[in-house]
Amino acid sequence: MASAIKPGESYGFFTDTSICIGCKACEVACKEWNQLEGNEPAFLADSYDNTGRLDDQNWRHVKFIDDVPAQTVDAGDGKAWLMMSDVCKHCKHASCMEVCPTGAIIRTEFDTVFIQQDVCNGCRNCVAACPYSVIAINQKTGTAHKCTLCYDRLQGGLQPACAKACPTQSIQFGPLAELQKAADVRLEALHSQGITQAELYGRDDAVYGGLNAFFLLMDKPEKYGLPNAANAGLPSRNDFGGYIGALVTGVLGVVAGIVAFRRRGAS
Amino acid sequence: MYLDAAEHFVRAPQWTWYILFYFFFAGLAGGSYVLATLLRLVGGPRDEPAARLGFYVSLPATLICPILLTADLGTSWTRFWHMLVDVTPGDTGLNFKYWSPMSVGVWALLFFGFFVAVSALDTWLRDRGRPGGILGATVGRAFNIVGAIFGLFIASYTGVLLSVSNQPVWSDTWALGGLFLASGLSGAAAAITLLVRYRPDAAFSLERLRVADAYFSILELALLVAFFVTVAVAGTAGRILPWLPLWIIALIGIGASMMGIRQPTRVHASGQSAAIAPVATEATVVSILVLIAVLAMRAAVIFSAQ
Repeated sequence: MASAIKPGESYGFFTDTSICIGCKACEVACKEWNQLEGNEPAFLADSYDNTGRLDDQNWRHVKFIDDVPAQTVDAGDGKAWLMMSDVCKHCKHASCMEVCPTGAIIRTEFDTVFIQQDVCNGCRNCVAACPYSVIAINQKTGTAHKCTLCYDRLQGGLQPACAKACPTQSIQFGPLAELQKAADVRLEALHSQGITQAELYGRDDAVYGGLNAFFLLMDKPEKYGLPNAANAGLPSRNDFGGYIGALVTGVLGVVAGIVAFRRRGAS
Repeated sequence: MYLDAAEHFVRAPQWTWYILFYFFFAGLAGGSYVLATLLRLVGGPRDEPAARLGFYVSLPATLICPILLTADLGTSWTRFWHMLVDVTPGDTGLNFKYWSPMSVGVWALLFFGFFVAVSALDTWLRDRGRPGGILGATVGRAFNIVGAIFGLFIASYTGVLLSVSNQPVWSDTWALGGLFLASGLSGAAAAITLLVRYRPDAAFSLERLRVADAYFSILELALLVAFFVTVAVAGTAGRILPWLPLWIIALIGIGASMMGIRQPTRVHASGQSAAIAPVATEATVVSILVLIAVLAMRAAVIFSAQ
């Protein structure tokens, strides 16, 4: 990314999983810069992944998805392992931001989603809403934590630590429009090589209005633990049905109460 | 929009015991106020003692709600007021998001608390020989109606709050708001019935409360079926099955309550506590079963997703 970082412009990540080698430099760089202590080391016995998940201590997480064909000697076209450096998607229509009752979750001048630590009160409504299992409560601060897209670095004109550290440029940072163009070129190249299963996730507005941190995937989104477009719904989709159900019940309940309590002759 | 074969990759919010009991007491608080208002408005003069009991029940049930909610915040409990006031530097103001049930619910709880407190004081004054209380007959009734609307909301919005998320089970159904309301009304009838022993002049309304409880339980059963069907259609029914014992407890309470239609409690107030003794045992057992069921149903819903 050569151009200067300017407030008022949309920035994000384009994570190309086809060239991720699972080195976890992004995880380390993220923890270093953001001074995340990390969780107690644990052996998860799940491939080469002992990080396990995104949470308050892991704002980048390299997923290792075992996709080795059971009986084949083929190369697998990059499918032997699906590796993906997962992160907050900084959704255009962010579920966390939609439900946050305190106004702690805001969209910054760089069009990223940011949790104000001095405003958050740890109600966990955002945890219940985030469809990507990104946000978690930090037990020490009692507040919700997630990737800030290195908000402090952006303010200082620096690209996020993970993108800076990525040795294969699987994680690219830049103005969203430029990233989208680069992703389109990369997808076309892969398709022309016969890798037709490659697809972009979050590049267009089919998922949460578009993701500022979008991905090139080598399989279906579900394989990576990402909801597909049919399952990508905002929490508010249930406001209408929920309240109508309550309203009808309320009316019926009051009618039932009136029938039961009404004055009846000399009873 | 409810999803066929919904896929969820979301983290559980760890809303557990504090929230479970908040949902329980919110149901009782809202339900008691609604029943008290209905008893006063459509019942006869002899239903007034039970109505007063209802207003009294709603006071402690409401007071405990903000305590539970604040305790649930854990380390950040001193910031409970951030629910109401946005303290974002340079953008301070009141918080209100009509599309976020948690935001609406906090305000509703605040206003409902006002109605509950005034109504309890009004009731206390009436019990002390001031017939009109502090509001008078007409204004008092209008006040109760508005308070009851808030009560209906408080008893139901907690279910909607769960649905307005991306959690499995919770977000796969529209029935939770209604289910919590019907259950709250039923639990409130049971709570008032239980407390009649401390106010014998309210015994006149026992039969009516039991019939009302039965109606609410029919409503609850219908909504429970709707809940199961919607969750099954979404493909997440497997998550509610491990909590089968809690669902069975909930169904036992509903069943016990529905018996009230066939076997009404025959009580005629005589002003003597001895007069209600024969039916007190049966009413007590049913009421306790109903209250346990109210708690069990909420527990089953909460833990199914977590």
